[in-house]
Amino acid sequence: MAEALHALRCYGHIVRMWIRAALAYPASFWMTMLGNLGASGMDFVIIIVMFLHTHALGGWSLPQVAFLYGTSGLTLGLADLFVGSLDQLGVRVREGSVDTILVRPVPALAQLAGDRFALRRIGRVAQSGAVLVWSLVQLDLAWTPLKALVFVSLLLSGTLIFGSVFVGGSAFHFFMADAAEVQNSFTYGGATMLQYPPTIYARDIVRGTVFGVPLAFVNWLPALYLLGRNDPLGLPSWFRFASPVAALLCVAAAGLLWRTGVRSYRSTGS
Amino acid sequence: MYAAVCLRSFRRYSTYRAATGARVFTNTVFGFILSYTYLALWQVRPHLGGYDLSAALTYVWIGQGLLSVLAINDLGALSDLQTRIANGDVAVDLFRPVDQQRWWLAVDAGRAGYQLLTNALVPMLVGGLFFHLRLPQGTAAATVATWAATAVALLLALLVSYAMRHLIALTGFWLLDLRGVQLVYYLVSCFFSGFFLPITTFPPLLEAVARALPFVAVFQVPADVFLQRYDATGTLAALGVQVAWAVVLLGLGRLVQSRAVLKVVVQGG
Amino acid sequence: MNETLIEVEGVTKSFVVRRRAGRFRRTREEVHAVAGLDFTVRRGEMVGYIGPNGAGKSTTVKMLTGILLPSTGRLRVAGADPVRDRVRLAQRMGVVFGQRTTLWWDLPLRDSYELARRIYRIPDATYTRNLDRCVELLELAPLLDVPVRQLSLGQRMRGDIAAALLHEPEVLYLDEPTIGLDVVSKRRVREFLARVNADLGTTVLLTTHDLTDIEQLCSRVMVIDHGRVVYDGGLDGLHEQGRSERTLVVELERELPPVELPGARVVRCEGTRQWLAFPASASAAPLVAELAARYELRDLSVREPEIEDVIARMYEEAERPVAAVPSH
Repeated sequence: MAEALHALRCYGHIVRMWIRAALAYPASFWMTMLGNLGASGMDFVIIIVMFLHTHALGGWSLPQVAFLYGTSGLTLGLADLFVGSLDQLGVRVREGSVDTILVRPVPALAQLAGDRFALRRIGRVAQSGAVLVWSLVQLDLAWTPLKALVFVSLLLSGTLIFGSVFVGGSAFHFFMADAAEVQNSFTYGGATMLQYPPTIYARDIVRGTVFGVPLAFVNWLPALYLLGRNDPLGLPSWFRFASPVAALLCVAAAGLLWRTGVRSYRSTGS
Repeated sequence: MYAAVCLRSFRRYSTYRAATGARVFTNTVFGFILSYTYLALWQVRPHLGGYDLSAALTYVWIGQGLLSVLAINDLGALSDLQTRIANGDVAVDLFRPVDQQRWWLAVDAGRAGYQLLTNALVPMLVGGLFFHLRLPQGTAAATVATWAATAVALLLALLVSYAMRHLIALTGFWLLDLRGVQLVYYLVSCFFSGFFLPITTFPPLLEAVARALPFVAVFQVPADVFLQRYDATGTLAALGVQVAWAVVLLGLGRLVQSRAVLKVVVQGG
Repeated sequence: MNETLIEVEGVTKSFVVRRRAGRFRRTREEVHAVAGLDFTVRRGEMVGYIGPNGAGKSTTVKMLTGILLPSTGRLRVAGADPVRDRVRLAQRMGVVFGQRTTLWWDLPLRDSYELARRIYRIPDATYTRNLDRCVELLELAPLLDVPVRQLSLGQRMRGDIAAALLHEPEVLYLDEPTIGLDVVSKRRVREFLARVNADLGTTVLLTTHDLTDIEQLCSRVMVIDHGRVVYDGGLDGLHEQGRSERTLVVELERELPPVELPGARVVRCEGTRQWLAFPASASAAPLVAELAARYELRDLSVREPEIEDVIARMYEEAERPVAAVPSH
């Protein structure tokens, strides 16, 4: 416990150090920040262009799709902000600088997740958050305590699930340093997929996101409850509340993968 | 000599097997996602933007296939030039008796050639397996003409794309951190080239803006040539637009390059 | 101060290397980077660890620091297993990799030290004392606010060594600390290391290609080749082990055929000058006396063997297959 706290404190210090370094060049910082904001906003512009030609996509209205877009972007954005730096692990493995991380008395995960912490990634968080707020205003949900709870748990669980995908995906860099980009399919690709209603996809794909890489628990399933929609797969209704369980399973699986990755690095050194 | 440079670059890219595989996988995943959104949209509006469903889906997979080849959202081989500018190695290059713009074009062409055989082919084959895609149709002569015109359009698209990326890389002579510029460039490039959605689906004003920008010459034009959206004169006109953009942008690149050289010579980097 | 700090017993490390053989075929090959290491290091010792490229030096350091897990054998640092007790031991060791930095590349040097303070939980007083000492002795003051990537190799190495010592480690592993440095930086680094060892009693294990490092710093040297220790002892003993020879250079009155002298052999003749080799362990005096009695000499000098030659000969010996000796 004390070790975990120490790891967290070191992570925090590394993060603060990088923020200070980034702010040393304010013009460049704001430019990349705005670039990030725009880059994530582009996806929403496309959705708007689509809705210029239709009132519903897969049976979902624009505010409803915006809700999916906002929650998907916000959770991915937060996960990316906190642990997105891990995607540089491949480069570090190739140039051999992981060794320098492993000789310090702090878990490698804490050091690597904080390394090159990019505050500019908050651009996506802000933009998605704005869309989410707009959608909530438009949707005018009849809030109940349970709905509020599900909503908060959606944001937390979603962030944890995406974070786990980042961590678990990065662990593969210990085995195949060059194949870094595959992880993008599950993080950025997954988030793009979750921006649209599950009804537009083939059912096998949706099933894959429930029982395979459990991205459906990020926002699709809780959104079914919050927006009062039918499940295209006809799953039992408790699936809509199971996101925290899925998140915990993801965290455990990611932790296991990470440990296996570090252990493999230990025995091959490559 | 430039042919040798091009070949060497081709070989170099062919050694990045795992990275290529990963990229192909990502492109394929995005191809599926985009295809389903198009399916949903075209179900409601079967002839949106003048494309039927099969043409629209083909458009998606051409896009995923050409994303890397035409370097729509990365710098391609010019990331090496950017690195050399950033670390000062570029000064050495400037003293060599070669034309820098042609040299890097050769390097980038080698890259594009390799990616055409891998990154372009695989996603399109996968897309063809799962969706009904549209190949050039009509008489044998018309089909051959379409394939030939597509090849020319692709070459010109690469030239325009190269010219723009060359300009972006050259800004490194004046800017300390290129990340912001690059991000904005990728964004504008993806959107206005019609990579996400054909520009004919844009609202009129946005479509007019897109038509006035060089990005259409990079993606929408070759895709439309392949999908036989132009008649003979239309095709020639479209290729003409590409040539015009290539000439203008490459000329601009020369100008900026000579300014950059001057800067290096005067200030020593 | 005689307690054992590092114990290595029968440690081996092998890797499976996959090579591309042809277009799609791959061959698996087992490579023994370390093939049965045995040695101990006492607290406060300063040991040089040398060997040709690929001999297993870096692999040894990686196993000692807990980065790599040995395939077989027993390895203890301060009584603990470096891999299992990695975090606890990391607190008590410092590591410098000559080829890559442990500093944070894009940030000022000072930030790397501040971070080390948090990571190693260094008490304020200790931190200030050690930093001040390093800054003074390694002349780091003008570099503290410079981003690491802008430092020269020599400056960076000094920065790295300081970073490895802020938490007062009991043992310091240095992997090629002087590689690529200029003469002045090398001297400064050596002086500093000698001082740290003398003042703080820090145990130092140093791998290097530069034998001057060893000559100036280490009383004990281990030579490793093909994953085994082929020599362990003082520098002097190295000469005997390497069967090195000293050379007697004589200038004769007139040109003669090679001289006859028991206990020495002529290795080179050039006009009136002749080179005679004799075992480094033998005394030169009787040879000189005998020679003077037999021949008329104009001049004479004795050349000590170069340590490089000694080591080179030792590596060559290790290359040759050892004649099989029945062990019982």
